Amino acid sequence: MDEILQLLAEEARLTPAQIAERTGKSEPEVRKAIERLEADGVIRRYKAVIDWARAGVERVYGFIEVRVSPQRGVGFDAVAERIMDFPEVHSLYLMSGTYDLLVVVQGETMRDVAFFVAEKLAPLEHVLSTATHFVLKRYKVDGDVMEERAEVKRLPITP
Amino acid sequence: MSTTRSRIARRVEALPPSGIRRFFDLVERMPEAISLGIGEPDFVTPWRIRESAIYSLERGHTHYTANRGLQELRTELARYLARRFGVEYDPAEELLVTVGASEAIDVALRAVLEPGDRVLVPQPCFVSYVPCVELAGGSAVPVPTSVRNGFQVQIEDLAAAARQGARALLLGYPNNPTGATLPRDQVERVVRFAQERDILILSDEIYAELTYDGGHVSMAAVPAGRERTILIGGFSKAWAMTGWRLGFAAGPPDLIAAMAKVHSYTVMCSPTTAQEAAVDALRACEEDIAEMRRQYNQRRRVVVSRLNQMGLECFEPKGAFYAFPAIGSTGMTAEEFAERLLAEEQVAVVPGTAFGACGEGFVRCSYATSMPLLEEALRRMASFAARARG
Repeated sequence: MDEILQLLAEEARLTPAQIAERTGKSEPEVRKAIERLEADGVIRRYKAVIDWARAGVERVYGFIEVRVSPQRGVGFDAVAERIMDFPEVHSLYLMSGTYDLLVVVQGETMRDVAFFVAEKLAPLEHVLSTATHFVLKRYKVDGDVMEERAEVKRLPITP
Repeated sequence: MSTTRSRIARRVEALPPSGIRRFFDLVERMPEAISLGIGEPDFVTPWRIRESAIYSLERGHTHYTANRGLQELRTELARYLARRFGVEYDPAEELLVTVGASEAIDVALRAVLEPGDRVLVPQPCFVSYVPCVELAGGSAVPVPTSVRNGFQVQIEDLAAAARQGARALLLGYPNNPTGATLPRDQVERVVRFAQERDILILSDEIYAELTYDGGHVSMAAVPAGRERTILIGGFSKAWAMTGWRLGFAAGPPDLIAAMAKVHSYTVMCSPTTAQEAAVDALRACEEDIAEMRRQYNQRRRVVVSRLNQMGLECFEPKGAFYAFPAIGSTGMTAEEFAERLLAEEQVAVVPGTAFGACGEGFVRCSYATSMPLLEEALRRMASFAARARG
């Protein structure tokens, strides 16, 4: 099971036949395991890792530290739910440390992000303060290195 | 006055050129070729290890180490061998850090052979074994193994080869080029054979960490094995550290002391930076190794299944990163097959004959290559094999 997940996490387009060949399982066995993982919500969906900058699409990311006063009974969840439904919100985490929520906001320009923070995020009830940090360069995202590196050469034949 | 004497020593002149060399030259002229002829990992050394080498240089650790290697590294090696091989060694007396497993093989042979001593060498085997025996003044006696026995050396073949006596047995399991491993009962039989005839065992276990079905059993880990075995290993394969040139030998104090003597006069000590990095390799890289092993294993399954599908019958390799398919069904010799495959499909493999005469009829395909390249190479091989059979 773990091996199937690991393979799909690396390469979502692998077919059950390919996975079967690599893991030594039978194809029906793999097919069934994947259906099960999908049904159980372990595999949430399949998507591509895209370098938008290379595609010529401008994307700006802001990391917003948000301090929130927790609410009785629901803690941070109620505020978090209000925030995460904005389409501008790329990721949202509850953090330990000096602030509470980390909101990753995506926009076409820095102005978009700044506007979102000023207009939507900061005025929310229970939000005490925000601090906005803009991403200047993405080196590695979710385990993927964004820049191509020079190929490492090996001798063509060695004993 | 006769001036016919060659400038080159006879024993060097007598060494045949490596069966790999000619292919190397051919492939080098074809930059587009996909090579399955590479006997080293495609992975770069784990960053953790490279980072500690950088740190070692930053601190200015650029001097010689003790001849036998850094005390700290030998201590870690002893722990590692106890943990992974189930054999205890004293870091002070029973371990030697060498310049790759290759140096360990050379030094072991030079430390134990008298001129003319016979050394049993099961084949197919790593290309250096026979030349190293000859250079050390010994006489190599090939012991063929066969696909019928899964390329596991058979006691009756060893016995036949030892009829005129033998000083040592030099063997490597998991095996390059066949990928064969030796199960415990077979290891025990080999050790018993050696014990009965008082033969030293030089056991090259460089691929020990790369087994895929059942773990590795060391020659030193079975009864009576430890006292007559020089266990040879290194960092090249499992830690993907080929270019660092770091290996080791473990064995009884008298043998290691003799090897350390040769080693101290010839190379002095192994590279300091590599040794310091290797300490971290032993302490903190089990997960890196497991991940590489997982990927090799996936490729192994793909390679073996495709080779069999294309009619190149392939024995299931349980170790190292090589498949050794039989190519007889194409009607070609191993050399012809490799040459034509390269010329017609730009895929390089190594003819089995490079690893001993009994490698005829086989080629070595290394799967230490990324999956996409491997799959493309296998597609090309399949069309080549189909064409060859008409």
